[in-house]
Amino acid sequence: MDDKVLIAKRVALELKEGNLVNLGIGLPTLVAKYLPAGMEVFFQSENGIIGMSALPEEGMEDQFLIDAGGAPVGAIPGAASLDSALSFGLIRGGHLDVTILGGLEVDEKGQIANWIVPGKMIPGMGGAMDLVTGARRVIVAMTHTAKGVPKIVQKCKLPLTSVRRVDLIVTELAVIEPTAEGLVLREVAPGVTEEQVVAATGAKLIIPEYVPTMPVQEEPAVAAVA
Amino acid sequence: MEKVTGLSRAVEMIPDGASLMIGGFLGVGTPHRIIDELVRQGKKNLTIIANDTGRPELGIGRLIVAKQVRKVIASHIGTNPETQKQMIKGELEVELVPQGTLAERIRAGGYGLGGVITPTGLGTMVAEGKQTIELKGKLFLIELPLHADFALLGAHRSDYRGNLEYELTARNFNAVMAMAADKVIAEPEEIVPTGCIAPDEVITPFVLVDHIIEQERRVYGR
Repeated sequence: MDDKVLIAKRVALELKEGNLVNLGIGLPTLVAKYLPAGMEVFFQSENGIIGMSALPEEGMEDQFLIDAGGAPVGAIPGAASLDSALSFGLIRGGHLDVTILGGLEVDEKGQIANWIVPGKMIPGMGGAMDLVTGARRVIVAMTHTAKGVPKIVQKCKLPLTSVRRVDLIVTELAVIEPTAEGLVLREVAPGVTEEQVVAATGAKLIIPEYVPTMPVQEEPAVAAVA
Repeated sequence: MEKVTGLSRAVEMIPDGASLMIGGFLGVGTPHRIIDELVRQGKKNLTIIANDTGRPELGIGRLIVAKQVRKVIASHIGTNPETQKQMIKGELEVELVPQGTLAERIRAGGYGLGGVITPTGLGTMVAEGKQTIELKGKLFLIELPLHADFALLGAHRSDYRGNLEYELTARNFNAVMAMAADKVIAEPEEIVPTGCIAPDEVITPFVLVDHIIEQERRVYGR
């Protein structure tokens, strides 16, 4: 299974019926594709809509309906438009159940850096600082390493996005839960050993006696073309 | 008072060095005709307060590429490499503000509040040099209000009084910016007779809007 698909599928299992969810740009966007069948969750895009959906079909783009990455999207019947203050009131005020975002680094305290590489990449934080600070649950969906270098580290070297401890880290190798005691290895990916996870991690991992395998399903034999 | 104003005349009111709040999110809800006219008239040393700086060929990005901007206060500049380039060269001052804090600083500026007390940014680069305050045992960052000489809004419809409504994700920062500037210029896609926008559908009430940009004239015959 593709690493990103695996991560998206595992993250999707964290969502609950009726959740209001914000998906970051890139990998997190994939999560919407792998929701458990029959489950209804609502997607918020911080540029001002609740009830975002995938674009229905080509040619149906609305020039005034985009996601926070600028891509055209759709909206479900019953969607609601918001101005930026209300949109971030939802985020900061604890009305957003889950935010799923990418990360550059996460450390032993569970703190995340994902908005700037000083001197190299200065895109700005956009909504990331508000999302990490205010969402009820913060899930980091990212690859375990970048060009072989661990992204889970003892202490973030890059500037932090928030001092808040994130709730869960999902990678193609493992599910890791930051706790007050440190990073706990909760699951390993199918076919991955605990030793492989430890070797790819730049931080101390607390390993419980029993670490189960991620409960993700393989792709169907014939991939859906649509 | 007649609010409908020709595009060039409205933009002529904006002096060099003015501070401008510009609505929109990656070009959606941005007053594109006003920006084109700002470029055409070559206004200089502008301070721009906006969510982002668009793309080089889109929206606010055009003002950056034309080097008409002295300072940008925004949450995201990643979609416009030209902004980063000018910032690194020291030609352009950029203040990055978390998006929710930006919305609230603008709102505070327009709502007569002395500042924003927020948890966002605490313990990060954003907090450097700023005051914090402890309330009921919790620490917050104090962020100051923003105000501008002009707010330039992109709207869906306006009536002749200046009541505005927006479409989908084009509302974004327009709604708060309407409150936070000395003069508000709105660029609607369509101007409709007063009364056509029902009171319950008005997002920006007419008293806030000073000028409505006249619709583009199209001449088909000859």
